[in-house]
Amino acid sequence: MRDKKIIKLVLENGMVFSGFSFGYDKPVAGEVVFNTAMTGYPESLTDPSYFGQILVATYPLVGNYGVPGEDADGDIRKYYESDKIAVKGFIISDYSAEYSHWNAKYSLGDWLKMQKIPGIYGIDTRALTQVLRESGTMLGKIVFDDRDVEWYDPNKDNLVAAVSPKKKQVYGNGKHRILLIDCGVKNNIIRCFLDRDTTVIRVPYDYDIQKEEYDGLFISNGPGDPEVCLPTIKSLEKALADEKPVFGICLGSQLMALASGAGTYKLKYGHRSHNQPVRRVGEDRCYITSQNHGFAVDDNSLNDEWEPLFINVNDGTCEGIRHKSKPFFSTQFHPEASGGPTDTEFLFDDFINLIEKS
Amino acid sequence: MNKMVKKVLLLGSGALKIGEAGEFDYSGTQALKALREEGVETVLINPNIATVQTSEGVADKIYFLPITPFFVESVIKKEKPEGILLSFGGQTALNCGVELFEKGILEKYNVEVLGTPVTAIIDTEDRDIFIEKLNQINVKSARSIATGNIEEAVKAAETLGFPVIVRAAYSLGGMGSGFASDEDELRKLVQIAFSYSSQVLVEESLKGYKEVEYEVVRDRYDNCITVCNMENFDPLGIHTGESIVLAPSQTLTNKEYHKLRELSIKIIRHIGIIGECNVQYALDPDSEDYRVIEVNARLSRSSALASKATGYPLAFIAAKLGLGYGLHELKNEITKTTSAFFEPALDYVVCKIPRWDLNKFSGVTKQIGSSMKSVGEVMAIGTTFEEAIQKGLRMIGQGAHGFVGNRDIEIENIESELANPTEMRIFVIEKAFEKGLSIDRIYDLTKINRWFLYKLKGIYDLSSKLGIYDSLEDVSAGLILESKKKGFSDFQLGRLILKSSTDDMDDANIQVRNHRKSLGIVPAVRQIDTLAAEYPAVTNYLYLTYAGTKHDIDFENDGRSVVVLGSGAYRIGSSVEFDWCGVNAIITLNKSGYRSVMINYNPETVSTDYDVADRLYFDELSFERVMDIIDLENPGGTILSTGGQIPNNLAMRLHKEGVKVLGTQPHSIDRAENRHKFSMMLDDLKIDQPVWQELTDFDEILRFADDVGFPVLIRPSYVLSGAAMNVVSNKDELEHFLKLAVKVSKKYPVVVTEFIEQAKEIEIDAVADKGEIVAYAMCEHIEFAGVHSGDATMVFPPQKIYFETVRRIKKAARQIAGELNISGPFNIQFLAKDNDIKVIECNLRASRSFPFVSKVLKSNFIELATKVMLNTPYEKPSKSIFEIDYIGVKASQFSFSRLSKADPVLGVDMSSTGEVGCIGDDYYDAVLKAMLSVGYRIPKGNIMISGGPIRDKLELLNSSRLLVDIGLALFATKGTFEFLNANGIPSTLLHWPDENKTPNVIDYIRNKQFDLVINIPKNLTQGELANDYTIRRSAIDYNIPLITNARLASAFIYAFTRIAPEDISIKSWDEY
Repeated sequence: MRDKKIIKLVLENGMVFSGFSFGYDKPVAGEVVFNTAMTGYPESLTDPSYFGQILVATYPLVGNYGVPGEDADGDIRKYYESDKIAVKGFIISDYSAEYSHWNAKYSLGDWLKMQKIPGIYGIDTRALTQVLRESGTMLGKIVFDDRDVEWYDPNKDNLVAAVSPKKKQVYGNGKHRILLIDCGVKNNIIRCFLDRDTTVIRVPYDYDIQKEEYDGLFISNGPGDPEVCLPTIKSLEKALADEKPVFGICLGSQLMALASGAGTYKLKYGHRSHNQPVRRVGEDRCYITSQNHGFAVDDNSLNDEWEPLFINVNDGTCEGIRHKSKPFFSTQFHPEASGGPTDTEFLFDDFINLIEKS
Repeated sequence: MNKMVKKVLLLGSGALKIGEAGEFDYSGTQALKALREEGVETVLINPNIATVQTSEGVADKIYFLPITPFFVESVIKKEKPEGILLSFGGQTALNCGVELFEKGILEKYNVEVLGTPVTAIIDTEDRDIFIEKLNQINVKSARSIATGNIEEAVKAAETLGFPVIVRAAYSLGGMGSGFASDEDELRKLVQIAFSYSSQVLVEESLKGYKEVEYEVVRDRYDNCITVCNMENFDPLGIHTGESIVLAPSQTLTNKEYHKLRELSIKIIRHIGIIGECNVQYALDPDSEDYRVIEVNARLSRSSALASKATGYPLAFIAAKLGLGYGLHELKNEITKTTSAFFEPALDYVVCKIPRWDLNKFSGVTKQIGSSMKSVGEVMAIGTTFEEAIQKGLRMIGQGAHGFVGNRDIEIENIESELANPTEMRIFVIEKAFEKGLSIDRIYDLTKINRWFLYKLKGIYDLSSKLGIYDSLEDVSAGLILESKKKGFSDFQLGRLILKSSTDDMDDANIQVRNHRKSLGIVPAVRQIDTLAAEYPAVTNYLYLTYAGTKHDIDFENDGRSVVVLGSGAYRIGSSVEFDWCGVNAIITLNKSGYRSVMINYNPETVSTDYDVADRLYFDELSFERVMDIIDLENPGGTILSTGGQIPNNLAMRLHKEGVKVLGTQPHSIDRAENRHKFSMMLDDLKIDQPVWQELTDFDEILRFADDVGFPVLIRPSYVLSGAAMNVVSNKDELEHFLKLAVKVSKKYPVVVTEFIEQAKEIEIDAVADKGEIVAYAMCEHIEFAGVHSGDATMVFPPQKIYFETVRRIKKAARQIAGELNISGPFNIQFLAKDNDIKVIECNLRASRSFPFVSKVLKSNFIELATKVMLNTPYEKPSKSIFEIDYIGVKASQFSFSRLSKADPVLGVDMSSTGEVGCIGDDYYDAVLKAMLSVGYRIPKGNIMISGGPIRDKLELLNSSRLLVDIGLALFATKGTFEFLNANGIPSTLLHWPDENKTPNVIDYIRNKQFDLVINIPKNLTQGELANDYTIRRSAIDYNIPLITNARLASAFIYAFTRIAPEDISIKSWDEY
């Protein structure tokens, strides 16, 4: 409330939404997407899959419980999904400058300022979301009165290259060796593996996986259009010719599909929420899942060796695939949650079981 | 789906009571709708005649009978249902179902329990089994020790360490529970708790923990969702029914939210719920440690709130799951395109605030704590916490204008009030800010999470900022908009900026309104769509907010819509009956080709269901908000007469703004509401009324009383403590009442009315068309005048009044209807004595008894009234009250057991929380059903009588003889003992409580040696008062049926001595 600086969100279609700044003073451009989750702004903001995007929270009250500090378990930040904020900007309706929580260290605004990320509050985020829903995801920029910035379309870039680590890193010392191709992995995926007696070998997206000894291969989530992630697709083509268990999440799922010869496409406005219902194909079992994706696998394009594993109960889109005979499967949703519901964490157990069986 | 089930019995929850109110009309109605949609034949047992669920077309067969194993078995025997639903009628239905199961009755008649199995219900209800169940899956619960007697309880408390919580197992909304900080307190609490249950739990105290709830749903395929989570503003220690509640949670991180969500699903799976259940947690404010407090294996007050808060129809879906559907096989009722297997995403915040009516009771403790005392609740929707809570504080309808801008709130000791909260707690926080108390200090005293306190402080600071200005023009548009976004009403802005006094607030209101409209500051209409705009919604479940910049819907402006104003929070004097009226007005509008628009904010109602009106504005019934909506809707008309007193009070102000009111015109409403104008009109019409005067000092009052003669009825305009109205019999009482209980001054005048003793009270409910009565129903009270009409037992058609009286009443009603040119529903109350009639009240709106008379007469008065108001053709009902050959009796439900220390006596102010209406073949059949429905039991052993004044003793003489004749033993206090003895009726003498002699009445009560206590209050002298109060209060505390009116006692005794239980008629509504 102290410095009520007016800033604007300008959309590609010319619409302008005006609000007040609560983050860093810097104009930015990117792709505008909305998320309907009601909790978990520290988790969302640090999710590398949002790289290049300006995030809109549909839940209006944000900042209530502050932001936790940089505490770490080994090399992994305890309360963040990566080391830094991944979004380009954050757009909300009502900002809570005062916060209250035992593990909070910063206010959300201070944290954004520290990480040089702009934030706007006082926006009619429902109206904005309706625009994105009706017209589809679009480019946007956050501008201050005197400062503008060029439009930026993140989907034209290889975003994975930007968020993927430059070198290999090993975590834990468990029985099963998981080779994790990091296209922008969320920390909780690593945590989920480490909880299951594994050693996680985290490698860059373009790493030559043939160099490593492993029991199971994992391909992570990450930002952008899967089709531009060619080196990973190449690695996967080889892995899929092999028999070792493979598991992919989100972008990882799309990359597995592409490696199998199937296609992917861009959804009108994606799935970004904590309440996406998915059904296991051929069964009456359904799960509530956490999701964050703009692209999807076209399950009509799957070849005879592959089949859909999960489908979205709302819109019928592909939520995961599996190989009919080999131990390969994937999910479009996020079984590791963080944020969001934890219903499908058992899939990590399923993966370990596959490793144990093979 | 379970194709086997073709006929299903649903148990309702009976009369509204504290802890079990309108939410079960909503849940039962939705369940019945769901069954109907599947072609299942439905049978409903519910004596609550004022509900929507007991209306034509909702269930196939309706029985207005008590929800007890005896009656339910009788209905099962007759109807032979294949399935039964137990989870839609609150604890009443659940307890009854468990009993039927345990007695083998369900098995005997081959009735399948649909949804959650009874064994799973028992697992959640029996504390020991429940804890064991949680332990099996490593879920933590509050450490708790089940005890069977007082000594065990004391030992348990020593093991756990004080303070401890005491609760009675198997009880409604925390009855017989409380905190004990030492052995003394414990002993007192436990003794009472054992009167409710043979098992009493002593638990570790988690005072100061956050209280969080989840609403969880599971289907037979083991698919689970949590529809909503909710966080209490008040920390653990204050019953969730007494807490301000927010949805979704506000101070939980993602990890906490999902940890508790995951546990909820783990629990529901382990217990084996099919349908809906609610899990309550205590969450440590300083870590992620938690305890499970409770699981309710049924629809609850919280699930009703969750349904309204999210748009997810929990009861409807739960009923479908009971039939065997999977969640993924059902549609989201709001979007109609997406699945019911999902978890709603909210893009707004919801705030529930309880409504208390403690001022209606004398002697009651005002502290709020672990047992529930509130009688209703409101739900406010906003885009900021501030908007939601300020809306909510206005909605509760107790004079507050929001968090700030209130006058007449005086708090003596702020710190002590913060530490020992009463129903005023939130306003005390505002006073604490005013006094400069820090957030930390307030937190220490209240343990209310600092986030809430910061937000409230923000509202307070904003009000101070506004207070600097004196004129609207000086305030920037930005600041006005910010204030509106933070929930400030025009009234608050008027008071804070214009410094207007209460008298000219109407003008200030209009001034602010016009000013902000000229600046373009108006609220936007938003849809509740369950998916935060991810998918479009097809239902018009709406609210208004200043955070919006555009409307989600379009407005037709074709004059084909009609706005119906709802009745707001349930309170003593206005509850489910007005919901029935509102719903029936809506149904009639829909049938007549109009678009119906409902405004209401009570989450416990059917009128606020997403599929009742074409448009539902879940928002305030304030002048400001109603005008906002009317500005947008531009309706063909507005109906004020089906929502009780709230809409009626808006009549003149809406009229002044040019709003088209349908039916009786606001000027006429004003002539009936204004005591002076109405009185003059009656004089002109030569209709008699009790003599009255508005007086401003004690001597005037005394002079008036001497003139008309004692007793007189005193109606103060400002109450200090205790009941607002009272009858005083002499100068001492008058003095006592005026000095202790009320303020008398020029500003706060007192209305004093002649009180006529031994007079009958007769009411007429009617519908008129342009001043002509087109339908009417007359009811007679069993009690003489002096018992509030809302507490009285009503008989319809009347059985014991003279034809001449009827003729005179009809004539007076016709005259009044003509003079006021009434079009629509109205109600007049009369006193009748020796064929003289006097008018005591007239309401130009539907009354509390409209559903009762409509259903008994089988002629829907609201449908008729709505048609009249719309000017559409209608058929004049042909049936007259003298042609029906059965009888309806409406009896009141009291909730004194919840209201610690309140004197359970009936008076001129209303104190009942609910009612039932039963139909019988004759008077006694109907009386007996009605009395059993409100919780009375047929005595089999001892009866205690203290008969009060001589005329009441006389009244009880014959009935006492009947009791002795059937072999019951009478016990009496001195006067009554002697009176009975002199009349040859044997009884045992018991000493008064203060006599300290044995045998003493109080010991008999404590040892539960009575099946019925009849105590008639004598007079207001201190000694009598104390003794009688002790008897009455103890009877309530020890859960012994109590009657305090001689005429009602007689009617009940006549009924059960003449009709044996097995001879009570078991007939459905359509069989009469």
